[in-house]
Formats: sequence, C-alpha cells, structure tokens
Amino acid sequence: MTAAARTVEGGGIDMNFISRTQDTLHRFLDGDVWYSFTQSRITIVAAIVTIILVGASVLAPFISIHDPFNPVNLNLMDSFTPPVWSEDGRWAFPLGSDDQGRDLYSTILYGSRLSLFIGFASVAFSMSLGVSLGLIAGYLGGSVDAFIMRVADIQISFPGILIALLIDGLARALLPGESHDEVMVYVLILAIGLSQWVNFARTVRGSTMVERNKEYVQAARVIGVSRLFIMVRHIMPNVMGPVLVIATISLAVAILSEAALSFLGVGVPPTQPSLGTLIRIGQDFLFSGEWWIVIFPGMTLAALVLAVNLLGDWLRDALNPKLR
Amino acid sequence: MSTSKQQPLLEVRNLRVEFPTRRGSLIAVDGVSMEIAPGEVLGVVGESGAGKSMTGNAVIGLLPSPGRVESGEILLEGERIDNLPYEQMRKIRGKRIGAIFQDPLTSLNPLYTVGEQLVETIQTHLDLSEKGAKDRAVDLLEEVGIPSARERIDHYPHQFSGGMRQRVVIALALCAEPRLIIADEPTTALDVSIQAQIITLIKKLCREHGTAVMLVTHDMGVIAETADRVAVMYAGRIAEIGPVAEVVKNANHPYTHGLMGSIPKVGHEVERLTQIDGSMPRLTEIPTGCAFNPRCTEKGPRCMVERPILEPVENSFVACWKFDPEGTGA
Amino acid sequence: MTEPLVKAKGIARYFDVSPPLLNRLIEGSKRQVVKAVDGVDFEIERGQTLSLVGESGCGKSTIARLVVGLYEPTGGSIEFEGVDLTALDNRKEEAKLRGRMQMIFQDPYASLNPRWRVQDIVAEPIRHKKMFDTRAEVTSRVGELLSQVGLSPADGEKYPHEFSGGQRQRISIARALASNPEFLVCDEPTSALDVSVQAQILNLMKDLQRKFGLTYLFISHDLAVVDHVSDRIGVMYLGRICELADTRELFSNPRHPYSRFLLDAIPDLDMTGKQRIPVAGEVPSPINPPSGCTFHPRCPFANDRCKSEQPELRDVDGTQVACHGVEENRLEPTG
Repeated sequence: MTAAARTVEGGGIDMNFISRTQDTLHRFLDGDVWYSFTQSRITIVAAIVTIILVGASVLAPFISIHDPFNPVNLNLMDSFTPPVWSEDGRWAFPLGSDDQGRDLYSTILYGSRLSLFIGFASVAFSMSLGVSLGLIAGYLGGSVDAFIMRVADIQISFPGILIALLIDGLARALLPGESHDEVMVYVLILAIGLSQWVNFARTVRGSTMVERNKEYVQAARVIGVSRLFIMVRHIMPNVMGPVLVIATISLAVAILSEAALSFLGVGVPPTQPSLGTLIRIGQDFLFSGEWWIVIFPGMTLAALVLAVNLLGDWLRDALNPKLR
Repeated sequence: MSTSKQQPLLEVRNLRVEFPTRRGSLIAVDGVSMEIAPGEVLGVVGESGAGKSMTGNAVIGLLPSPGRVESGEILLEGERIDNLPYEQMRKIRGKRIGAIFQDPLTSLNPLYTVGEQLVETIQTHLDLSEKGAKDRAVDLLEEVGIPSARERIDHYPHQFSGGMRQRVVIALALCAEPRLIIADEPTTALDVSIQAQIITLIKKLCREHGTAVMLVTHDMGVIAETADRVAVMYAGRIAEIGPVAEVVKNANHPYTHGLMGSIPKVGHEVERLTQIDGSMPRLTEIPTGCAFNPRCTEKGPRCMVERPILEPVENSFVACWKFDPEGTGA
Repeated sequence: MTEPLVKAKGIARYFDVSPPLLNRLIEGSKRQVVKAVDGVDFEIERGQTLSLVGESGCGKSTIARLVVGLYEPTGGSIEFEGVDLTALDNRKEEAKLRGRMQMIFQDPYASLNPRWRVQDIVAEPIRHKKMFDTRAEVTSRVGELLSQVGLSPADGEKYPHEFSGGQRQRISIARALASNPEFLVCDEPTSALDVSVQAQILNLMKDLQRKFGLTYLFISHDLAVVDHVSDRIGVMYLGRICELADTRELFSNPRHPYSRFLLDAIPDLDMTGKQRIPVAGEVPSPINPPSGCTFHPRCPFANDRCKSEQPELRDVDGTQVACHGVEENRLEPTG
C-alpha cells in the first residue's frame, strides 16, 4: 500500500519511506488479521510447517547432503538403503535412498523446491491473467465482459488436469526431444496456470462491478483520469483481498496438479524429479518392501498442501468481515 | 406526564451497556435512566453513536452481539425484564413490547405473505382461531391505512411500496396490543411525504390505543411533531430530558442548544447556521468529565474532571455543571 | 442579463431496464425504458446556487451525473459558458472545460478510496492536470487545501478510515477544490451526516462559495437545507421539473401542488402546533408513469386535462410552473 501510494510521482527516494513502512507494520501487528492469526493455533502450526518447507527448499543447496542430480555423487551400491533408524540404515542417507542410490532427504529437498517453484510460478501466471481479465471484464462490462466470461465458462467446463494434459501433449508433439525436457517445467507452469485463471477472473470481476459503482471511482472519472489508471490504481487495490485467499488455495491446488501430472508421467523429467515424480518412482517399490521411497515424499507433499490449504482457509475467514 | 404519581410503564435505571472487545470494553450506554408513562411518547434523540438505538435494543432484549447489559435495571410495569432468560423475553417481545425498525424490508420475511406473518404473530400471543386471527389481521391492516386489506393480506412484502411496508410493520407490532412500542428510526428510510404519513399514523394509534412509544430517531423534526417528552443523548449518556416544547424551543444543555441551532429551518433567513465544532467522540476515546467538554463553549475546569449528573432545570433535567450551584468552576 | 455559466436544454436520460434477451425471446416480455430524466431545462448564473429537490426516484441525482459527464444524455444539451459539452468532438477541449467543474458526493464513506492516503486523494486532480512540477509544490498545495476545509496539513498522512464522516466530507471538498474549479455539483453532500456536522459542512460550503466565487448545483431531498443554501430551486417529480423559482418566492408562494405538498411535509420545528394534512399516496414507479401530468393521481386539483395532457414549464410571474391548474388559475390560493 505504502509503496503503491508513492509511485504516483515515480522516482526519487522518499525520506519518510522507512517511517511509513514501520507505520504500516505497526498497523498490521495491531490489526484484526494479525490478531485472528495469533488466536488460531492450527493456523500458527500451518504457518510454521509452510515456512519450514519453503525455507528448506530454498536453502536446499546448503542443507542437503549431496546434490542428487549430479551423477558424480551417485553410487548404485547405495541404492535401497533404508532410513537411518532401521537395521541397515546409514547416516549418509537419513531417510534412506532410492533405486539409483540418491539420498531421499536431499532428493525431497530438491523435489519440493521444484514443486514449489512450479506452484508459485503458475499461481503468479494465473493470478496476473485472471486479475487483468477480471478487471477489464468487470470495469468495461458489455460485450467485452460477455466475451471474457464466455471464454471463462468454456475454460471451466474442462477439468484443469485435462487442459494441462492437452497443452503438455501439444508441447511434446511440437518440440524436439532434447529441448523438450528443458522447457517441460515452463509448459507445466503454463498448463496449470491456464487451468486456474478463471477463479481469479470471476472473483475480481464480481468485486470490480461493486467497486466500479462506488463514489470514489466516479470521483476519479469526474477528475478525468484514464480507465487504465482507475482499474489499476483505484480498483485493483480494493479487490485484492479475496484474490489473496484464492492465490493461497490455488497454490495448494497447483502443487497437487503438478504432482498429479508428474505422477502420470507427463510432468517433469525423472532426472529432475519433483515430489510427484518421486512418488511415481517410489510406488513401484512399495510392495517390495522399500516403503520409504514413496512414503517420505508423499508425507512431504501432504504436509505442504494441507498447511497451505489451512492458511488459505484462515485467510478467507480473517478477511471476511461477515464471519468475524 | 411522567411526574404524576402513577407507576411508570417502563422504567430504565442506570442502564449501562458494554461491548467487550479485545482492547477493553466499549461503553455504548452509560448510566441512562428514564421513565415512560402509559400512553406517553418519549423521544430519544441523538446523533450517530449517541447510544440511542442501543438503549432501545436493550429494552427489547435484542442487543447485537457481543453487547450486554452490564449494570442497571429495566422494569416493565414494575417487573424486571433485563435479566430474563431468552424464552421469557421472547414472550414479552411482541406481546407486551412491540418493535418497529428502520428498514421495513428487513423486518418482514420475504418468503411469507404479510397475512401469514400477521396471523402467526397474533396466534403466538393471543388465543385466537385461525379464522379469528385472520380477521384481526385484516382489521389491523385497515387500521394502519392499507387499502383493500382483505386482498392485500395475501401479498408478499415485496409487492408493497416502502411506505406501505412500514405500515405492515406497524400492524405487526400492534398485533397483541402491546402497552409499549419501541420505534427505532421508523421514518428514516422513507421519503418526506411518506414520513409525514407514518408520523401521523403513529400519533393516531397511540392516542386510540393508549400505547406508550419510545421513539428513537436522529430527526428533531420527527420528535417535535410526535413526542411528549424527549431525551437528548450524547456519547452514551443523557444530556437533557424534558417536555418536548421546552427542549426544542428553549434548550438548556449547551449541546442541545447547539444541536437545535444547527438545524436549518425553513423561513429563517440566516447566513450561517450555528455550528458545534468537532464531532461526537468515538466510543474508544470518550473524554473524562463531561463527554461534551471538547466541543463545549461554556466549559470550565470542573467539566474536564467531573461528570455532570442530571439535575432539574425548569421542567427538564439537564446534565451540565452550568446549572449546578457550584457552577463549572470557571 | 449576463450569460449563465451552466445551461441545460431539454436534457433527458433513459435507462434500459429490459429483462435479458433470453427472457424477452422466451417469455415474450417487452423492452422497458425508465425515463429517469425526461426533458429538463435550467440555467445557473455565475456565483449562484441552483438546487434540485425531490423525493427518491425523481431523477435529481441523474441530472448531477449528466452535468459532470458521468452519464451520456439520451437527448438535450448541456452548455458550459455557451459551449455545448454534449456536442464537443474535441476531447482536449472537453477535458479542459470539464476540468473546471467538479463533484461532491453523498456518501463520505464510499467517495474516498480506502487504500489511498488523504494527501494522494486530494492531490489526484493536481497530479492528473500536472499543475505543479515538483513534489514539494504538490505537498504544499495539498496542505493549503486541507487547511481551507478546516483540516490540518498533517492529516494528509492518514487514511480515510481514521476520519469521521464530516471530516471525510471535508476531504472530498478539498479534492473537489484542488483543480480550482468554478462550478461544483453537490449530490446530497450532507444527507449522510449528523445535523451538527451538516451545519459545519453547509457553512463551509457557503464560505468557500463567497471566497472563490463558486457556482453550485445542489441536489438534496431536504427542503430546509435547500432553503438555506440556494438562490433558485427546482422542484422535481418523476424526471421533470414541476416548479423552478427563486428560493424566497418558492417558500412564500409555492405554486405547483407538489411543491405545496412538499413544503407541508416539512416537520414543524417551531412547534406552532399546525395540523399537517399528509397527502396520500406515494411516488409511482418510473417504469410505468401515469399519463398526462405524472402527479395527477395524488393531486387534489387534477381534472381530465391533467390525466391526458402533459403540462409544460410556463412562466408565471417570474416563476416557471408546469401545471394546468396554475395556468387555468383554478388552484386554491395557499394560505
């Protein structure tokens, strides 16, 4: 908010910026949202779990035992080592190793990193697309609105995973084999992002139609500012509350979609496994006794998605004055 | 007049309504006492945040959550009603105290015809057959001035205009012939011409049924036309209470005086209106001493520290040290 | 006579309230049009205040929005200094003229963007018109504007929610004054405020009018407020003006039955004990207005001509009245 309010004049360092930021921080810590956070134990736990998982995946290169993607580090003799607390466990592989002798702990760190990257990036993509289209549809109305919303209707009548499969299939058919693996991550982001923008667009459109008729927007129109300025500077800040909630819940959905696609074998390549890929690899060994290869990535995925979802639920309640 | 010896119909003693929040309690109504005699119309007037609606809500036992009556007593015909369990209070509401709210649309259930709602309310409170209740409902609608009541009784609330809806709400409040009606801003949502009609109706009904009314509003004009006595509230307290003519024409409390001067009046050629600077304090920052002291032009040192009590001035009671023998200390 | 600053000629605005296309096709329902404003003429002299008064649905707020350009008129013209704003093709020219008029809105809680600091709200017209080059100049101008409306320059740092309703309306006024307009359209600027605060705002608006020679178009439903602020008053009923008169003339000698009836409905604060005779009925739906004079179902003087023929505004001793009864001189005199 503070930063946004400053950009009107662009450029220049505001001497008050630091005190204003502190001001905003105080307001936040004093506010109802923070209060409802401190009152909900389950939300605090969810936040801690999320922070640990996100932190661990960001810091993966520093806290992992070895780089599981570097063949130099791998030795097939180490494959199928059970977790450290089992009889044959070794400290070099605290959560055991997989069929190629990769340390599972390190692999999970790198896998979550990839899962979270795809999750965040696809949410960022669907959010920018959805918020822009929602603002345009809601503010301009008329035939523009009708067109965007019919596209949204068509989009939503296909299951998200089907769209992702379609785009993925197209990408595979169009791109040559080697380059395929490299761009696969971006294809996934595009695919998952495309399957989620409708939620953002619909919500933003609804709130925009409410805000559009408020008198502060009319005041801006009387002043004569442009439609783009009104949409971006006046309306957008006022419709972002629900967007934040959808973004959080979409993050959980996006991570799950990525896992599902990777599990189905149309996601990221096995040389760069995400959590979903790890689960797919691991399930082959579930019944031969090497349970840890599937259980640990699975638990990580479940914990991550559950924690993010709980955060989203809390945020929805905290930002909705009617439920307070 | 309430000064007569007969028992008041409603008696509010030292009422204090609080809203507990995580930053301490907000005191919405602070030490309010008032009486309403049978058949009397008491206006409760004040600006937003004065606690006038909260006083009315406390009397009918419908304080919005988490508000509660912290101390004080509310007596209806000598019997305490502020500490009754919910079920008992529900029986009193409607039967002995009727309620009329600001927005007629939200006071009626949109899914039932007005007849169904009237009949249900009548049968809840009176021992009447379906037929008898329906006849009574038609009578009531006719009484509040709804034309061709026998046909319109089967209409849904949305088929009535705003003014007609408010008439239905009044009929609903009258169902069980209550002795007291709490009317909370009954004319605020209506156009001026409809306002006049509703005021006339309320006056007529009071006269004919001997019903007492607590008329809560911010509109001095409505009070002047309708009420016998008026209580002026400010920041949860009563500033002045007395006969309406005296308060309206000859206000004693500096706040009431300023309030009356600030109302534009037709035919009074003034270049500037009397102005009370500032605004009503928020509930979180009510000043010590007299709550009006930051805006008062006649304040003295005493007003800053000691809260004035209601003392008789002429025929009214006024909470201002100006009228105390020891004065404001200025 | 000097040229009026603002001149509206036969302005009209219709709203399409038809059911959706699908319903029209399947249920055979018809297109429906609400004539919110249906042919209204008025002029406002420089430095004067014209008020439009009427009950909800009479079209007064629509006129305010037509004048500032928030709505496109369905018909008629709005002239500012003799230039027809509705016929102007040159966008730059139009923006320049429109920059000289501003609007103050009814709801002080909705008219300020809750996410903006007060200084940015007030500075919006200044920045839009690029009136100053440096930030310091903008800041000092904002401070000056805030002082003019009775706030302190330091209040600019705060957000709207930290202010009371009356203070917010002051901020609204400061924003409206920021571009040095000559003409202010005020749409019920005090009807959401408490009376003691209303007095402050009305006094402020009068002070500012004197100080800057402002011209006001004032919209209100409250006759007492209108009496206090205006030089001329137009009484509106269902999208048309039924009487347009000087303030003193309207209050001492209302001619149109509807004006009389509105005046009669003003609560009697002097407690003279006069018995008011409330006129029966309510404003009819503007979708299906009555034929002829739209007031005839409620009018005690209506005859057959009133039911069939719509009256035009006609000059009667310097007052304009749209009433067959006044024209035929068959109304009872006001007492």
